[in-house]
This record gives sequence, C-alpha cells and structure tokens, in this order.
Amino acid sequence: MTKDLPTHHDPLVIADTPLRSRLLVGTGKFSSHDIVPEVIKESGSQIVTMALRRVDWKNPQDNILNYLPEHTVLLPNTSGARNAEEAIRIARVARAAGCGNWVKIEVVQDQRYLMPDNFETVKATEQLVKEGFTVLPYMSPDLSTAMRLAEAGAAAIMPLGAPIGSNRGLKTKELIRILIAEISLPIIVDAGIGRPSEATEAMEMGAAAVLVNTAIATAENPVAMAKAFRLAVEAGRLAYLAGPGARQLQAEASSPLTGFLRENA
Amino acid sequence: MFYDHYAAWQEKLKSYPLTSFQESDVLRALARDRLDPPDLLALLSPAAEPYLETMAQKAHRLTVQNFGKTISLFTPLYLANFCSNQCVYCSFNTKNTIVRRKLDLDEVEAEGQAIAATGLQHLLLLTGESRLQSGPEYIQACLERLRPHFASLGIEVYPLEEEEYRRLYEAGLDAFTMFQEVYDEVIYATVHPAGPKRNHRYRLEAPERACRAGIPSINIGALLGLGEWRTEAFFTALHAESLLQSYPGIELALSVPRLRPHAGHFQPFTSPVTDANLVQVILAYRLYLPRVGITLSTRESPRLREALLPLGITKMSAGSLTSVGGYTGDGDSGSAQFEIADERPVDAIVAMLRTKGYQPAFVDWVNVRVREALG
Repeated sequence: MTKDLPTHHDPLVIADTPLRSRLLVGTGKFSSHDIVPEVIKESGSQIVTMALRRVDWKNPQDNILNYLPEHTVLLPNTSGARNAEEAIRIARVARAAGCGNWVKIEVVQDQRYLMPDNFETVKATEQLVKEGFTVLPYMSPDLSTAMRLAEAGAAAIMPLGAPIGSNRGLKTKELIRILIAEISLPIIVDAGIGRPSEATEAMEMGAAAVLVNTAIATAENPVAMAKAFRLAVEAGRLAYLAGPGARQLQAEASSPLTGFLRENA
Repeated sequence: MFYDHYAAWQEKLKSYPLTSFQESDVLRALARDRLDPPDLLALLSPAAEPYLETMAQKAHRLTVQNFGKTISLFTPLYLANFCSNQCVYCSFNTKNTIVRRKLDLDEVEAEGQAIAATGLQHLLLLTGESRLQSGPEYIQACLERLRPHFASLGIEVYPLEEEEYRRLYEAGLDAFTMFQEVYDEVIYATVHPAGPKRNHRYRLEAPERACRAGIPSINIGALLGLGEWRTEAFFTALHAESLLQSYPGIELALSVPRLRPHAGHFQPFTSPVTDANLVQVILAYRLYLPRVGITLSTRESPRLREALLPLGITKMSAGSLTSVGGYTGDGDSGSAQFEIADERPVDAIVAMLRTKGYQPAFVDWVNVRVREALG
C-alpha cells in the first residue's frame, strides 16, 4: 500500500520549484568526478551544490558541471568569500558563467572552524535577492538572523548542524528546532551531518531537507552511502508526517496524584 | 605580532626540553581534539617516534575529513635569478658563478602560456632578491601579463613593504609564499652572512604585512635541515597559528622543504633530516592544525612523494623547473636554484594521483576581480 504514503504528495518547494527529493548533495572531496553521477543517482538528489572556485572551466574532463545529470538544479556556493562583497561578486560570476540563478551564500571569516559570518551573510542575501537571485544562505542557527534573512527574501534557510566537514551530527538541534518552529521558509540542515541516522533525526523534527557532502564523499563506498542517506531522509520525513506519538518517560498505569478527583464521581 | 610570541616561546622552551617528553605526553596529545603548544612539542619529540603509525592514521583521517581526496596542483615559474644575498645553501648566492638571467615580459607570457597548456591554473612566481633587476614594478608587470592565463597567481620573492604587497594584490595577486628558512636567529645570521636578507625580523613579519595588504592565501615554512628540525617545525606551526588568530580569513598552508643539492659548498650544522623526521613533521602539523594546507614540492623523490600523499598533503607542485624560464623549450634558461627530485611531467603526476585514488585539482580559486573584468 505504499501509494498511500504521505510523502507521495509532499514536494519540497523552494522558490516556486517543486522537488521530489529532500536530500541535497555536494560535489567536493570525492576522489574522482567519475563517481559523482552515480552518487547523485543513488541519492535521488535534484539540487547539487558545488564551489564556484573548484569549477574548472578550462579542462572539460575536470569540469564538475559536465558530470551532473540533466535537470539538476545547480546550487553554486560562494566558498572562499570572506565578506558580503566577495560573496556577491562570486555569485555574479557564477551566474555569468551559466550556473543559473540559484546561489548558496557561504561567507566565512574564520578558517579554523569555517563558521559562517551571519552579519555578512544577511548583507549578501539582501543584495543578491535584489539582483534576482534565488538565495539559500548558510548560517549559524540564530533566530534573529533567520528572521532577517527571511525578511531579505531568502528562499530557504540553511543552518549548520555542527561545524562544516566535522561529521559531528546535530549539535545545534535545539537552535534548529526554534528555526523550524518560527520561520515559515524551508529549513535545510547543512553541515555537520555525519550519519544517515542524524539525517533522519533532522527530518523527524521537521527540517524541510538536509544537505550532505563530507559524510558521503569520504565514506568507504560513497555510492552506497548516498543511497543510505536517501532512505534515511525519506524515513525521517515519513515519520515527521506520520506524527510520532509523544514520548513517555514512564508507564502511565494509574493516577496516583490525581486519582482522588474520580473517587467521588 | 608573532615576534613577541616567538620571543616568549624561545624563553619557555628552556622549560620544555624535547628530551623531557614521555610516552604519556604523546598519548595525551594523540587523544585530544584541540592541541596546545606542549602537545605539539610532544608530537615533535623523540618520544613520539614509536608512534608515527598511530599519528599517521589520525592525520590521514583528519586530512580526508577536511580536504577530501583531492590534491591541488601548482607549478613555479622563476622570473629571474639575480640576487644580492649570500645564502650559503642557495645556488643564487651572489658569490656563485651561475648563468644569471631575467625573463622579459614577452618571455614571461610565453612561459605562462606553455605552463597553462599543461592544464595547470595555479602559478607561483619566483625571483632572487634584487630590487634593481626584479623589483616590485617588474613583478607587477609580470602579474598583469600572466593574469588572463591563470586562476591563481602567487609570489615567492624577497620580503616587501605592506604597501608594495597591497599594490601587487590590486594588480591581481592571490597568493603569497615566504619561507623563514630558519627560525633560530643565531643560525639565521650564520647562513645569511651578507645582503638584505640578514634582517631576520623583517622576513619573519613579511607574512603579517601580506595579510594586512589583503592577500588571501598564505604559505609559510622552514627550510628543514638548516636548524634543529624539531624546534624549527614547532615555530613554523606556532607562526601559522598566530597568523590564523590575527587574520582568521586567510587560507594558510605550510611547506616542508628539505635542503637539496645546490651550487656552493655549504654543509649543514645539524644531522640531515631523515624521511622519518620529515614524516614526523608533516604528521605533527596535521594533528596540530587540522584545517591548514600542507604543500609538498618536487624537492622530494617520486617514491617519497607518493608515500607522503595520504599523511596530510593537500597541495603539490608538478612539472616544475627551478631554472629561469625553460617551459617553452626555446632559448637559454638561467641556472637552477636547486636540483629537483621529481621530474615527472604534469600528466604523469595527474595519472599517479588518479591511480592512488586522489583527484587532481587544477583550480581551487576564483579571483572575482579578474573574472568580472573578463566578463
């Protein structure tokens, strides 16, 4: 009876674009571009992110864009940008180079942890939205920043689960939970997710999607791991839609404290 | 300022003789996520030598996690070898009788085109120290000629003033390399007997001037074999950490050059840095600074370069020449700075990396100013 699963009528909509898949994947850190098409296929992903700085325009064999399936939504990121100005310029170069209209803003002013600079990210988002980009900002989960990004016209918000590339899991869970509750845009957990079970956890709590790169690219078998993440994201989404029952800390056999209310009934 | 930090640690090192570290110090350092300077000393100490494999396993994991299985490729282009210094370990020493030469701008562009034709898009420009023959204006003119052909342009030249770095940055410079050669001030004075390079502190602070001028990519290193390698590696890593603290936006890499055969008769004061020593340095760097790049040049042999690859290396030079010019195969090139050990052409390095399960990255940078100008 799988046709009745609620996920079948549950597209992820970003900037009026309906998408089947709620798993976004990255193209960095793979041992070879040759494996990327298979990874994308098994992940089921329809949005693929790549660092503009790593796109090799001069060597077609090394140009990652030549390895992506048709109809993939390209999500070039501004990796390398240290401030809003650099992110804006990288986004413009990406669009001029034919990478489309979507951009993931990454502004990092700290190379030790690669933590996003929320202040500069808001500035870049404001400007790029004005220039007609579909902007997905990567950020440290913080409600007031998320509200400003939403007000600036971001198409989705991408809070980190843990420092990028750390595979540490959903360390910022409580902060992301607040964003999910308060922000009406899709919340896409980006960075830090190291295991499929953590992707499930993010989806169960109501994240709209997750973005995974390092955990797939550095797996022993990236293709199998891509599939594992697809299933994990689907499972988490299904659980979210199914509405998990409230967790009980102890059995509720009787009402020792309020039983007296019924004694005289 | 790194100098204050450096001076303070010179003093503190007296309380941390490298021979005082024990197995337990090494094990503690290995168990930590974020290491402090005493942990770094423990990893560089003789007590860590039995733990190279354990260190290597952790270093490999950290490298794959942070950089994936990709190696950025670059190549050097020597623009000129005129020099006013007398570095005893360098062929360009003003006392050496070598073929001195400087490329004119047309030759620079032709060499650049020959390099670009191999697929390489990161180029490092080098000169000897001669403000007369290869001053900042000449370097700037070279950058402007080469800019359209490359994704990233770097320089490895004598120390400049902050304002000079700023002008080069504005002319399209992306990357800066400077080896302190030797952090030990006494040995520094001995191996640099004459010329402007005698000023240890001016060279030590060149990376800070480059950072202040806005140059985004910084590469430093000690020339291993001049001073005692354990303390030299220690100060190199502290230098890197200090730069990252003061200028958190930079992309930093460390080089691990070992002394190579060269013109002249210099014999090092310390025993040679063995392969095992070099491995220990690379591993200690990776464990101490997991996100910092590590650059490996063609100074090392093909066999060793391949073995070092998984230990933490993120950048490699390929198809390198250390002579002035020579990539076009036309005309006479000037004498080489040192002998290279890995003479394989770019396509052989690329094939080797692919066989080893690594992706060669010809490009890992976008200079937005240039790309905007090109439309």
